[in-house]
Amino acid sequence: MGMTHIVDRRLNGKNKSAVNRERFLRRYRHHIKKAVSEAVQRRSITDVERGEKVSIPAKDIQEPVFRHGAGGRREAVHPGNQEWVAGDTIAKPEGGAGQGQGEGQASPDGEGMDEFVFQITQEEFLEFLFDDLELPNLARKKLKDTESFSYVRAGFTSQGVPAKLDVVRSLRGAHARRLGLSGARKKKIRDLEAQLEVLKTAPDDLDPAFSHEDQIKALMDEIAELKANVKRIPFIDEIDLRYRQHQKQPKPATSAVMFCLMDVSGSMTQMHKDIAKRFFILLYMFLKKNYKKIDVVFIRHHTSAKEVTEEEFFYSRETGGTIVSSALKLMRKIIEERYSPDEWNIYAAQASDGDNWNDDSPACGKLLAEGILPQVQYYSYIEITPLDHQTLWYEYEKLMAEHPQSFAMQQIADPADIYPVFRKLFERKAA
Amino acid sequence: MNDSIDRPNDAESPEPGVRTPISTSSEWTFELIQKYDDAIAKCAAEFGLDTYPNQIEVITAEQMMDAYSSVGMPVGYNHWSFGKQFLQTSKGYQRGQMGLAYEIVINSNPCIAYLMEENTLPMQALVVAHASYGHNSFFKGNYLFRTWTDANAIIDYLVFARNYVSECEERHGIDAVEEILDSCHALMNYGVDRYKRPSPISADEEILRQQEREEYLQRRINDLWRTIPKPDEDDPVKRQPRYPSEPQENLLYFIEKNAPLLETWQRELVRIVRKLAQYFYPQRQTQVMNEGWASFWHYTLLHRLYEKGLVTDGFMLEFLQSHTSVVYQPPFNSPWYSGINPYTLGFSIYTDLRRMCEEPTDEDREWFPDIAGTDWLETLHFAMQNFKDESFILQYLSPKVMRDLKLFAIEDDDQENHYTVTAIHDESGYRTLREKLAGQYNLSYREPNIQIWNVDVRGDRSLTLRHIPVDHIPLGKETDEVLRHVHRLWGFDVFLETVDNGKVQNTHRCPPQIVDED
Repeated sequence: MGMTHIVDRRLNGKNKSAVNRERFLRRYRHHIKKAVSEAVQRRSITDVERGEKVSIPAKDIQEPVFRHGAGGRREAVHPGNQEWVAGDTIAKPEGGAGQGQGEGQASPDGEGMDEFVFQITQEEFLEFLFDDLELPNLARKKLKDTESFSYVRAGFTSQGVPAKLDVVRSLRGAHARRLGLSGARKKKIRDLEAQLEVLKTAPDDLDPAFSHEDQIKALMDEIAELKANVKRIPFIDEIDLRYRQHQKQPKPATSAVMFCLMDVSGSMTQMHKDIAKRFFILLYMFLKKNYKKIDVVFIRHHTSAKEVTEEEFFYSRETGGTIVSSALKLMRKIIEERYSPDEWNIYAAQASDGDNWNDDSPACGKLLAEGILPQVQYYSYIEITPLDHQTLWYEYEKLMAEHPQSFAMQQIADPADIYPVFRKLFERKAA
Repeated sequence: MNDSIDRPNDAESPEPGVRTPISTSSEWTFELIQKYDDAIAKCAAEFGLDTYPNQIEVITAEQMMDAYSSVGMPVGYNHWSFGKQFLQTSKGYQRGQMGLAYEIVINSNPCIAYLMEENTLPMQALVVAHASYGHNSFFKGNYLFRTWTDANAIIDYLVFARNYVSECEERHGIDAVEEILDSCHALMNYGVDRYKRPSPISADEEILRQQEREEYLQRRINDLWRTIPKPDEDDPVKRQPRYPSEPQENLLYFIEKNAPLLETWQRELVRIVRKLAQYFYPQRQTQVMNEGWASFWHYTLLHRLYEKGLVTDGFMLEFLQSHTSVVYQPPFNSPWYSGINPYTLGFSIYTDLRRMCEEPTDEDREWFPDIAGTDWLETLHFAMQNFKDESFILQYLSPKVMRDLKLFAIEDDDQENHYTVTAIHDESGYRTLREKLAGQYNLSYREPNIQIWNVDVRGDRSLTLRHIPVDHIPLGKETDEVLRHVHRLWGFDVFLETVDNGKVQNTHRCPPQIVDED
């Protein structure tokens, strides 16, 4: 019998099953997508921090094998007999399947469960959500990275990449060095030159050993050597170079407010609202990555606008016409009262089916251009309609031309169309 | 059995009452596990347990779940079904519905046993005794394992399989590989020759021979299918021999060698699943014997430690509590009842064998004249080495065990509106009961008997399987589903005939027949 080896494997990777788990999710992605999509409808738009329970009908995931079916004649041995003797009969339960006490070895996973229920992680939840929205990978990564950093200047360093070379600093350093190195010599030169002047003008000495000519020559040699020395001091040296230094710093805790504006007039169906909800979620997630504190303001409108709770926002129905400017006015009012642009980063997302009173659209354009866009970081608009555009769209198109950095709009038929509205937002943060 | 077995009763026993336990705390450390292992190894040697060298690996609960979901294979290829298993395991574990098994042990050389770090020291000692000495000696001694598996080669083969599957995924796509594996898994239980001895597996040879095999295989298949019907053969219709000439029970083997449309890499995948089926085959056939043996030895070895004064009373209490729950058999009417607990049945049989050797009664002398009063170690080793569950029960289930477990047999005939008790634990019932219970461990009782019957080599290349039912038990609801998998592998029409009393009673086919209404 050999020696026993005892090995500590605890530090070896866990998650050996990660690939298999991933394979499982891949195979049942349709089920999971459906569950995620239902969860999105159910959840608050600010509720993106947890995973989700997914339930798949057991019959969809069973691995079939040849088995005995019910019926026929079978005998089985069981433990725990209390009162029976051979020959006793026991009535079968009414309507009971022939399964009875047939096989001790039923299916290993069946055990009478109709549903296979499991949990997907937050990460996986988002991944499926993003699939739905067809987010590009870069954008996904940005939203999912748990830590968010920004680079801030942190003085200068003598080492770095050429791109970060600070020319002014480097030259200033060089100048100082040149001064430092040459100062003493230049002073000496000046002294010697003064002596030289004196010597040239003084009457000649009689002592041939110290003839002026010799002395002048010696002085001039010395001066020449010093000058050459000074000249040899490089204009700029490696030690002069200064690079800008940047440090990773966690994003500062700043606040943002997100305005959700939605048309709830009779023409907006639940389907419209579900698409709008995804749109709001995406904006929320984006903000969440960039700001510590986020307020969400829900404004719904038909002919008049009202600030409401999220529940009311998505689920109560109204009828009647549409005056978009009412919502914009309310938003401006709320900004004035509660969200000073000096302290808050303001984002807005507006969803509508494009309906508006024709007379009102120019008013909206004006309100946005003058009252709102100058104060917000980003204003995004989606129009959920397969139909032709109406005046609001054309009015907004003008805004888009004038404010390409802070205004985005998109016509939407399904959730995948939402992302383009945010593209600029993501790109801006990528740079 | 050899004679060199030391008799524990003769071994140096310290004076009673003198205890110098290895440890008194229930916290384990690596040194303590090592010390317990040394002590247990000494006891095991006293009892003549012959084992592979042991490798004990301490892992976390999460790692245990990983190990679980790859059905205990230390290295496995990737497949969604293992992911499903993992989700199921972790869900059960997190909800606390299910304790993880204390151990997983791999039939390999060295024999790898996993210990969970959460276990207390007495639990670790129990697992070491159970897995590293119990199961290990079973793997090394039992004839099925000796015949069917090669402990030296299995790990290498699993690595080979894993790499091969992932290469295929790269080359042919995950979906294509998954399809084939799904289909093979559906037939995994029909991937062994039950009576022929298989050739041993070896990773090196697999790799070396693979290329050779690829070419050869494809050539052979082409040969089989090149037979274009010759019009002027003397008796073209009647005298067509069946192919294969004898029914084949190893469906996967037949498919690997004969499926007309499979590509070489697909055949290799079939082979991999088949080889794994072969590896697991002995385990499926020796559950009662294997778990019973391991339980008997953890019980016996730890008691021996106690006799030697190496463990404390507290240690024994904790150990006995776990032991009792492991070998607990809920009665048939308990909500926890899920069939006969193999640990209980096996443990009871081995324990009773020892009792019959050491303290035989008249009943034992009547029922087991060859065993009563003989050397118990020799008897137990012989029983462990030369049987599988079915024959083991048939041979060794004693009236006393049947009485203790209060066994009874019940008949369920779909022609009757009542169940009938056919035998109970009494004089007139013992033999019937024993036969019935043994029969329950015959694989064909658990799985329908389905074999390859014919291939229409000269016609539409359809494949016909035959199902021979026992006691008129029909096929289950998933049959058509499985047939679709057979069809995927075979590539042409597949029939499954149920033949009872020499007559075809029922036929499944895939693709399903479109009924003409004319």
